[in-house]
Amino acid sequence: MDQRLIFDVAHFLAGGLVLISFLLLYQDRMFGLLNMFALHAFVLSLSVSWQAFVQNAPHLYITAAIALVLKAIIIPILLRRVVIRLDIHREIEAVGGIGLTMLFGIGLVALSMVVMLHVTVGADRLAREDLALALSVVLLGFLMMVTRRNAVSQVIGFMSLENGLILAAAGAKGMPLVVEMSVAFSVLVAFLVIGIFLFRIRERFDTVDMHALDRFRGEHL
Amino acid sequence: MTAFPLDGLTLILLIPAVSAALLVALPGYAVTSKLNVLASFLTLVAALSLLWRRPEAGLLLHVDDLNIVFIVLNTFVGFTTSAFSASYIAHEIEIGRLTPAYLRFYHAMYQALMFEMNLALVANNLGLMWVGVEFATLTTVLMVGIYRTHEALEAAWKYFILGSVGIALALFGTILLYLAAKPVAGMEIEAMAWTKLMTRAATFDPALLNLAFVFLLLGYGTKVGLAPMHGWLPDAHAEGPTPISAVLSGLLLNVALHALLRFKMLLATNGQAIAPGPLMVTMGLISLLFAALMLYRRRDIKRMFAYSSIEHMGIIAFAFGMGGPLANFAGLLHMTMHSLTKSAIFFSVGHIAQVKGTQKMTEIGGLTETHPVLGWGLVIGVMAIAGLPPFGIFMSEFLLVTSTFAREPILAVLLVIGIILALGALLQKLNTLAFGTPKGSLTPVEASYVPMFSHFALILIAGIFLPAELVSWFQNVAQLLR
Repeated sequence: MDQRLIFDVAHFLAGGLVLISFLLLYQDRMFGLLNMFALHAFVLSLSVSWQAFVQNAPHLYITAAIALVLKAIIIPILLRRVVIRLDIHREIEAVGGIGLTMLFGIGLVALSMVVMLHVTVGADRLAREDLALALSVVLLGFLMMVTRRNAVSQVIGFMSLENGLILAAAGAKGMPLVVEMSVAFSVLVAFLVIGIFLFRIRERFDTVDMHALDRFRGEHL
Repeated sequence: MTAFPLDGLTLILLIPAVSAALLVALPGYAVTSKLNVLASFLTLVAALSLLWRRPEAGLLLHVDDLNIVFIVLNTFVGFTTSAFSASYIAHEIEIGRLTPAYLRFYHAMYQALMFEMNLALVANNLGLMWVGVEFATLTTVLMVGIYRTHEALEAAWKYFILGSVGIALALFGTILLYLAAKPVAGMEIEAMAWTKLMTRAATFDPALLNLAFVFLLLGYGTKVGLAPMHGWLPDAHAEGPTPISAVLSGLLLNVALHALLRFKMLLATNGQAIAPGPLMVTMGLISLLFAALMLYRRRDIKRMFAYSSIEHMGIIAFAFGMGGPLANFAGLLHMTMHSLTKSAIFFSVGHIAQVKGTQKMTEIGGLTETHPVLGWGLVIGVMAIAGLPPFGIFMSEFLLVTSTFAREPILAVLLVIGIILALGALLQKLNTLAFGTPKGSLTPVEASYVPMFSHFALILIAGIFLPAELVSWFQNVAQLLR
């Protein structure tokens, strides 16, 4: 197939993932956030499928399927239920200066471009671009975890970060399946953990705002 | 290879896995805690058998001179902690802090954790090693939150978030390492096998290797508890059940350190890559000095020993960062001694917190009068951990300081300042805890002293006389580490 087309589609999808990461960062409503995350996972599964197709690596289709079914459908639905049950869907989060957060995010993307493109001169072009964009998604996920105080959005930040890792693993040609599988599986386990915790936290604190937890701390540092 | 290889390597994974499944099914704490001890003992025996008969390295699992030190230490402390856990948990059931339903979960999780740590230690595949550390993290998150109090939930949440971030960074580093290895080592599973990578690392792309190491150092370094990524550690140690504090401090930190050492060895074989040593030395020194200062401000007894763990992991990272046969030897010895001493201290602290009904140091005093065995146990433990002779930690710190003085006098001065600062803090706290006017409950305690004193006996023997076999074994490993 035309080398140019392969590259363009891969770049388009990976770039789309970065863009959606920005939209996640920007969203301040619960349901909007969940929808955006579903879209994030959907684009990831497209991106991984494309890699499976161009690398002729059928096992990557499994990774794509896991991303689609688990992260684009099941987890958003479950989280939506949690949000409704805890009655926090009207809560608008104090993200703390959206403009500043977005600027910081742009800085992080620039940083990951500079670092990755500089370091991976030897690697092939497709892997190079994919990796730089994947690192951007990872860093934006971090940023989201840091700037959000709500437990649900911290979890979404973490899962978008894991999407970035899967993008990187899929972009690295021929990487053994064990890692992709484990990442997907760990998300599942992580979700179980989180599910338990959200309810427990609610039970104890009547809120899922992490700020409220701070009051109970015995000792700082 | 036979069709069904039941060697020590398989057994140290099989026994904990099977008993974890059994423990989920079995009711009643009397049976489950005994089974827990038995399973841990059998795992220890299987691990010891590896000293005589070592299976050949496969692409997924291997046992070599480096990880066998960690495996034996891991299974030994795992066994003694399970014995301590049996008596500790009996008391928790009595006062109703834990219910039998949680207990079933607790014992199954304990064995699952043993399985995951052993897996991370014997994995030859870098992805598999990562999986082991990842699942060990998730398991301990669940165990830290087991009391369901405000503080326990918050600690578990914080640990979960920071631990996952560390784990994510480590995975990104592993992917980068694979990319660096791919052009040379070929695709698929061979490019992830550590033993294969070691033989070819000299020709890897140095730029990618450097970046990979930065991510791996930050990622696994978070799990080791090195400052400034240590934030999860004090909370997790303070709020979880004490046997888990002992396992976290004595074992899980070592497992992450083992991963870091593997990558350090990879980088050391590549002449063009950055030297990993200075990075580790810097982070080690920061951890040591920071934790030593923080020790003075602690009011919670378990939290204080958590900071002491950060301090000692700092010293160990410093030692391995310095490198060379002598510093590596000191690092290995220090790691072993720290695991034994710190878990023994937690055995003592666990019973103290139970009998006094609090972890606040202001409400605990005069232990040597009210509970002589526990009190003197704490005194011995703190003296050992502070690095006073004649215990093993004095030996390893002495070795490290002298070997550093010969090479980098300024670093040695900083190292000594850190150690002395920590010594001052620990002795100051010990003074009010163990001596002075008795405070708190005076009821006698039913405790298991055997695990604690067996550890003390070992560190005392190591401090006075190190058997020649052990010395040559550690020297051999120190050579491997460069």
